[in-house]
Parts: sequence; structure tokens; C-alpha cells
Amino acid sequence: MSKEKFDYFIKTENNYWEVIIGLEVHAQVISNSKLFSGSSTKFGGKPNTQVSLVDSAFPGMLPVINKYCIEQAIKTGLGLNAKINLLSIFDRKNYFYADLPAGYQISQYKNPIVGEGSVTLDMPYGTKRVGIERLHLEQDAGKSIHDLNPDNTYIDLNRSGVALMEIVSKPDLRSPEEVNSYIKKLRTIMRYLGTCDGNMQEGSLRADVNVSVRKKGEKKFGTRCEIKNVNSIRFMEMAIESEAKRQVEILESGKKINQETRLFDTKKNETRSMRSKEEAHDYRYFPDPDLLPLQIEQSFVDNLKKNLPELPDQKKDRFIKDFKISPYEANVLVSDNNISQYFEDVIKNSDVKLAKNWIIVELFAVLNKKNIDIKNSPVSSKNLANLINLISSGEISGKIAKQVFELMVNTGDEPSKIIKEKGLKQQSDPKELEKIVKKVLDKNTDKVQQFKSGKEKLYGFFVGEIMKASSGKANPKLVNDILKKELKK
Amino acid sequence: MPIDKNQVKKVAKLSRISLEDNKIDSLSRDLDSILTFVEKLNELDTKEIKTLKSIADKTLEARNDIVDDGKIKNDILKNSPEKNEDFFIVPKVIE
Amino acid sequence: MVDLNNISLTEIVKLVKLKKVSSLELTNHYIKNIEKGKKLNCFITTCFDETIKNSKTFDAKKNYDTLLPGIPIAVKDLFCTKDVKTTAGSKILENFVPTYESTVTSNLWKEGAVLLGKLNCDEFAMGSSNETSFFGKVINPIEKNLVPGGSSGGSSSALAASFTPATIGTDTGGSIRQPASFTGTVGLKPTYGLCSRWGIVAFASSLDQAGPMTKNVEDCALMLEAISSYDKKDSTSINKKKENYSKNLNKNIKGMKIGIPKEYRVDNMPKEIEQLWSKGIDILKKSGVKIIDISLPHTKYALPTYYIVAPAEASSNLARYDGVKFGYRSNKGKNLIEMYENTRGEGFGDEVKRRVLIGTYVLSSGYYDAYYLKAQKVRKLIKKDFDNSFKKVDAILTPSTPSSAFKIGEKTSDPISMYLNDIFTVPVNLAGLPAISLPAGQDSKGRPLGLQLISNSLDEQRMLNIAFAIESEIKFKQNLNRWWE
Repeated sequence: MSKEKFDYFIKTENNYWEVIIGLEVHAQVISNSKLFSGSSTKFGGKPNTQVSLVDSAFPGMLPVINKYCIEQAIKTGLGLNAKINLLSIFDRKNYFYADLPAGYQISQYKNPIVGEGSVTLDMPYGTKRVGIERLHLEQDAGKSIHDLNPDNTYIDLNRSGVALMEIVSKPDLRSPEEVNSYIKKLRTIMRYLGTCDGNMQEGSLRADVNVSVRKKGEKKFGTRCEIKNVNSIRFMEMAIESEAKRQVEILESGKKINQETRLFDTKKNETRSMRSKEEAHDYRYFPDPDLLPLQIEQSFVDNLKKNLPELPDQKKDRFIKDFKISPYEANVLVSDNNISQYFEDVIKNSDVKLAKNWIIVELFAVLNKKNIDIKNSPVSSKNLANLINLISSGEISGKIAKQVFELMVNTGDEPSKIIKEKGLKQQSDPKELEKIVKKVLDKNTDKVQQFKSGKEKLYGFFVGEIMKASSGKANPKLVNDILKKELKK
Repeated sequence: MPIDKNQVKKVAKLSRISLEDNKIDSLSRDLDSILTFVEKLNELDTKEIKTLKSIADKTLEARNDIVDDGKIKNDILKNSPEKNEDFFIVPKVIE
Repeated sequence: MVDLNNISLTEIVKLVKLKKVSSLELTNHYIKNIEKGKKLNCFITTCFDETIKNSKTFDAKKNYDTLLPGIPIAVKDLFCTKDVKTTAGSKILENFVPTYESTVTSNLWKEGAVLLGKLNCDEFAMGSSNETSFFGKVINPIEKNLVPGGSSGGSSSALAASFTPATIGTDTGGSIRQPASFTGTVGLKPTYGLCSRWGIVAFASSLDQAGPMTKNVEDCALMLEAISSYDKKDSTSINKKKENYSKNLNKNIKGMKIGIPKEYRVDNMPKEIEQLWSKGIDILKKSGVKIIDISLPHTKYALPTYYIVAPAEASSNLARYDGVKFGYRSNKGKNLIEMYENTRGEGFGDEVKRRVLIGTYVLSSGYYDAYYLKAQKVRKLIKKDFDNSFKKVDAILTPSTPSSAFKIGEKTSDPISMYLNDIFTVPVNLAGLPAISLPAGQDSKGRPLGLQLISNSLDEQRMLNIAFAIESEIKFKQNLNRWWE
């Protein structure tokens, strides 16, 4: 770990202000059907085609809970090292809004399905534990569309009733960087578990950010503001920074912070008050009489726990221990289940050290440049393993390997085919190599003389010339042996 | 007096019900007498009583995660007072 | 030809099976009765063309293996019926046509019945006299200035006047039993969860139950058998085997123990009701039943509890009537919020507004603990009272109502006096128990009076048996001169 120290404060003339952040993440549960109805959760359907009579709150319609969504919430809870509550209760959160058909959202208020837990972050200044307050299940609302008609708002209820997990952190985060790391870690855990796809563009992961500030060293929290529905990590970071600065300015001018809900304006890079929503805020939570208390058997939880996949932290420890790679490299490799899977596929049949370097350096460069996911990598794990084995066995040099790799990226072909077609195979016939070495030395008799009289730096020059003469294909180890022998003559 | 006219107006706002001015007085009186009536419960000490979780004598049953509903757009929109081919339509919402 | 107005559903079913009468003949008979009885204002919607069509379909392909072969039946307008307007007695649903059928009514149609029409009721079932309906008050066929009770007043009235051979209502605080008592008919509120609530316009979810209203106990058993079922679409529905209540009906109740709760002897109870109660006790004694004095100490808190719990749930259940997806929308208002307020202000009647406002208030921040939470705790005490009693007795006998049917307009100006009418029926809903009201006599003015039997959860068969035994001894007779025709 780097020796860097935590240093995120809003610095003013007289003060260092600490920023206190808590997050309410809304993660869409991966499931086929909605939390309380049998309509599809698929993204991007035609308006109002994924809506049942229950989702649109027709008279006499009743909710029936989806078993898989309960499982998904428990699995996520286990992934967050959290307490699973064997008894939880669904409540109605009452408010009127055009995209909330029943006039209430079914949520969990006093008795959530998951209690306290924690997430560990790897920061440059060491690991940091962030407390989880709770996780509860609730319904998503529909969508209000304001830009299709100048006088009216259009309502699409396709999302209405899709299961969400609201994951509430403790106010343990202290910088936009930590928030970034926290969201990514949460997302990784949920992707490992298959409980949320974490796709922020499609809205599968949204967050409300609670921000307050206090002078460095103070114990008491300041008054917080909630920034609603920020839908990208970058905007989250920007919103926190600008909101913290706003609060500091207010406090330093001797005024007080109003506890309120704010909206982040991405264009102006500032938050603004959402007073319209504030007005008459009274959700009148009460247990939903259409649903009974949710009782879970301990054995059900135990069984889910037993079948939980390896989680990123465990995988990281295993990689460090088994493969002798650095914590940094391990972090990179476990940051995405598909990456770690790819890595493990490659090293099944090839050298670990070469594999991790090729993945982290060469492959990631390509994927980043082309902006593609490792799942769609043009170089399959099998082909990369083959390439690495060709290097290990000395059939091609590292340099040639890079050429081959480039062609693999462009064609998707396997390395031996490329090598054969392009004639890139390493020159390993000692007699042939001897000829080349001799030819190079004969051409440069003056330099040979200089070398022999002590100018040993010229060794590299000879190697370079020999490689050039062999179009880079000469086996470097053999070239070494032959060259040394010839120079001693 | 458990509730006054202003509170009635506030509750009406929260309930999204417009009230005719000439009815607010009598309504307030009615609500006040109802609330006074239910406050009979205050005679009872319920500190030690746990709340009733559900009147149904069973626990929650769950359904399997199968898509077996939806795809009834016409039924969904049919009764709407204002709609087009795809959407419910409401007066402009100003955020 | 027999007088269809004076025989029971069970007897009509027999006649159909003996091919003495066809479904179409029955339908035509009831249509005629209904058309001659418009004065009573029992129906919000009739669908005679459909009824005739369905009767003909039945007659063309008779299936006698059902409980209600070809029997025309009208239902309370709180049950959603596919392609037939369902209003819940409210302006806000004036033009609502469901695309779906409630579980309870589809059970009726599966058993061979055909829909005659939709019966008037108090708006969203909120009322005890059927005077809050947007579609006007219903008249009790007993006397033209009497209310038929509520909220299933259209149902009780239509049944007593033979506009339908049997019917179904819903009971949240007495809405089946009280109108049954006011009209000299039998009404049963089943155990919470015995009948599915799916497709019934909700009033108060933890209290609502559908149930039969019939001319006698045997019919009641038959109808309960037809409508009760486990329904996966209702999470509060009880998963149990269907029972043959009518087949297992049995008058022998010797050796049973019946409790008489002292708390039901309320102040100012009319003497005639006291006498009725005593008469019931005497009959039971003669039938070999052991009478046991019991106490339900929290009875007096039932109504206050009910008037917190029911409005709280209603305020939330009725939030969906906002002019967006279905129902009435006001054209006044500049923005969404004003549209909501005007829609609900114009669409709901006074009693619904009162209850929604009370419900909103008792759930709102700062009041939740003092009202709603407190009420939920007291509800538990009320349930416990019953649980304790049923350790000692098989059923409990009480009067159904503290008075006979009252006059139209008599209680509309004072909501509390109206609420007090449900004093004997409400505790049962709070405890989720089954109860039945059966006609047991008339007061000096000739108005019917009912006795109520309450039993333990899912003990409907025993309750029906006791009611059957009382009925056969009491020999209640009601001769209506059909003054409205």
C-alpha cells in the first residue's frame, strides 16, 4: 500500500472542513418479474406493455411477493456481511405522484429484511470500513415523461413495481473518492452475487447522497442535505464537492444550513433546493394490510449462504496468497467478476506472472481504447493462454508476441495461426543463427575490435543488429550463447 | 378539542381533497367529534402490549419468479380519463 | 307454478335440477320483479341482455353438477365484474368498467350462476344505512321510510324483496350482518381470509370480507360453499380445503357450549332486543346447549379502535382514485396537484371524505403512535378476549344490532350516532372471526330483529349448525305485501 495519507478537506482561510457523506443506494434487483406482480422487468420495453393490473393499482388488486426477490435481498445482505432479519414487515409509504399508481409505495420502514453490515474499501491510504445501516426491499415507481408534449406529462408504468434494494450506509464516507470507491465496491459485490447489474445508465443503480460538513476535529455532525437521484459516479463526486463547498460558505458566513432535499444540476455543477417536493412531506408509513409479515427460516438463509459465490474480498486474498501477486494487482483483477474469471481461465494452462501482466497491461489498454467489456474481448482467454505458452516455450519472443497480440485483437484469430501465416515463428536453429551472427560480426569488424579492447557496451548493438537481420525472430537466448562464443574467438 | 379548522385544511391538503369553504366548519366539527370519540382508547394503558402484526393467522406466501402478466396495454389504458395510444396523460408536472 | 318469491335458493336449485323451472324462466321472473321495484333503488347497474343470454346458454347445455345451476344472482357493486360497470357507489368510479372478474364472483359463475346486476351500497362501503351512495339511498322493503342498513343495503333490500334469490355483500364492520338484521334476512361474515379479496374494491384491507346474504341458513351454507376458496392472488387468503357446508348442515347441537358476553348488554338497549336475546338463549337451552356467561372486557373499545384502523387503511386504499388511470377526473385545476384535489374533492362524498381525512390524520407524523399504534394494540386485546372465550365456549350469542332499522335521514346528521349502530358487529371484524346474523323476531312496529352468532376462526360449519338449529325453532316469518310494485 502506498504511504499516502487521507487528505480531503474543504480548506478555507481559517479552517479545515471535514465532509461527512452517507449514501442511500437504490439497486434494481435482478429478477424476471416484478416484486409483487408477474409482469416483466426487462429494460426498454414499449410504454405500458410491462404493466399488470396490480402495477397500475386497479381497484381490488393485491400484491403477492416474488420469492426470488427475497432471496436476492438476503444474498446481497450476506455479501455485505449483514444481519438477516428473519422477520421483516412491508409498509406503505403514502404520497401522491403521477407515476405512483396506488398513491403509496410498498417499502420496508421499521423492520427491514437486512440489518447492519459493512463494506471494506481499498483506499491509497489503507483499507477503510464503511458501515451499512440497513437494506430493504421496495417497489420502483413508473416514469413521468415531460418532454413529449408541452402541456402534459405522459406516464409509463413499465418500471412501476420493479424490485429495488435500498442500501443505506452509515455516515462513514469522507470524500468523493471514497464515495467513488464505495459505489464501485457495492456494485462489484452485487455483480458477483448476480443480484444487481449495476448499470447506472439504465437506472439500475441510483443514489441519494447525504452531505454535511464539520470543522476538522469536531465530534458533532452538522445539518445534512440530501441530494436526490444522482445517476453517475462522476456526478456524485461533483455534487458532493459543490454541495460541501456551498455548506462551508453558508457556515463561514455565520448562517445555518437548512435540512432539505436538493437536486444536482449537472450543467451548472451546483445543487439547488427542491422545495416543491418538500412541501407537506408526511409519508404516513404503516404496515401494508394486504401483506403479512415476512418470516424467513434460518435454514433458508444458511442454504443461501452455503451457495454464495466467492466474493471479491475473498477472491483477492486468495489471488494474493496463491498467485503471489500484489494487492494492487489483485484488486484490479477482482474488481469485476468477468475479469477475474478471464484471469482464472487464462492461468488454468499458462504462466501466472505473464498472464497477469498481459491482462493488466496489454489487454486492458486495448479494451479501454476500444471501450469494450472483457466479456466481449476480441482475444479470448484461451487464445491469450496459447500466446503466453508460446512465449514461455520460447517459440516466440516477447517482442514478436506483441505483434501477434495486435493481430489477434484485429482478427480474433488464434496465435499459432497468425504466427504461421505471417512467418513470425522464432528462429531457433543454431546453425542458421550462427550464420546470421557471423554475418553481422563480419560486417562490423571495427566494432568487434573496439568491443574486444574493452568497449563492452557494444554488446547490445550486436544483439540489436542480429535481431534486425532475423526480422526479430531470432531466439534471444540462443543468440546470446552464440554471440558470446563468437566474440571470444 | 383534538382537531381545529387549520389542521383539517392541512390534512385535506395531505389527502389531496379540495374542500368547499362552506363545508369546512361542519366537517371540522364532525372530525373533532370522531376524534374525541376514538380517544376513549386513552383510558387503556397499552405500554406493555405488542402491536398486532396481522389479523390473518398465517405467514407470507411467495410466488415464483415467473413472467405471467403484463402485455395488456389496452386494458391498462382503457378506463383512463385521458390517454393516447401508449401513455396515461396528466396535466404538466413541474419539477 | 310455485311462488318463486316465497321459496329458498335451495328449493329453487332443486326445481332447476328437477327441470321444473329453467334458468331463463328464473331470470325473467327476477327481471320482472326488479323492474316493478325500481322505487327501492336497489340496483346501480342491470345487465339483463347478458343475463338472458347467459341463462339461455345454460339452458341449452345444462350442467347440474354445480351448486348454483343457472341461478340468476345480483351482487353488491363492490365486486369487480368483467365488462360490467363497477362503481362502489361512488361518483369517482361512475364509469369504471373492469376488464377483470373478482375471485368471489367468478366462483359464483363457475358454480353455474349468472349475473343479474350490481347492487347499490354505501360509497366505498362506508356507511350503515345505504344513504351515502352517489346513486341515491336504498329503501327497505319492510317499510318505505326505513333504511335497509349498510353498507350492503342494496343487497339486503334486493334479497328481502326477491329481486335476487340470494346475494353477496362485503362486511368490514357489520356491512353484511346489520343490513341482514334490518331486512329479516340471513347474513354471514366469514373468517378473515376464507373468501378471496381479489377484485373487491377495498375499503379496509385487514377487515374486509365478502360473504353471503340469503333467505335462510341452508342457503347461506350453500352460498358460502360456492364463494369461499383459497386464492394465491390474495396473500391473506387461507390455504385450506373447500368445505361442504350445505351437505354437512346439522341441527343437532346438543352438548355444545354457548357464551353470553355481559358487555353486550349496553345502556339504552331496547327491551325488545333484550327479549329477543333471551328468546335465543331459551331456544339454545332447549336444544341441549350449555349456556355460559363470559366476558369480553374490551368490547367498549372496539368501535373507537375500528374508527381508527378502518379509516387509516381506507385513506391509503383510496389514494389510487386520483383521476389518472381510471374513474372520474375533474377538468378544473392548472396543474397535477390541483387536478388531484378537485378530482377527489368532487368525486368523493362527505362520508368518504370524513373517513379519508380521519385516516390521514391518525397516520400522520406526530399522531401515529397516539392513534394508529394504540388502536393496533387494543385490537390485539380485543382479539385476545375472544381467544380466551373460545377456550370455554363453541360460539357466542349476541344481538346483531342495538336497534331495529331506523328511519331514513334519522342519523345522517350525526356520524357518531350512525357509527354506534355497528357496536355489536365491529368486534368480530377486528378479531378476524366469522359471525352470522339471523332473523329472530320483530319489534312492536313489525321491524325485523336479528341475533348474531360468533364462532372461532374457520369454525363456520359449527356456527351454521347452531344457526340452523335456532332458525328451525324460531320459525321467523316475514310476509311482505310488495307495496312497492
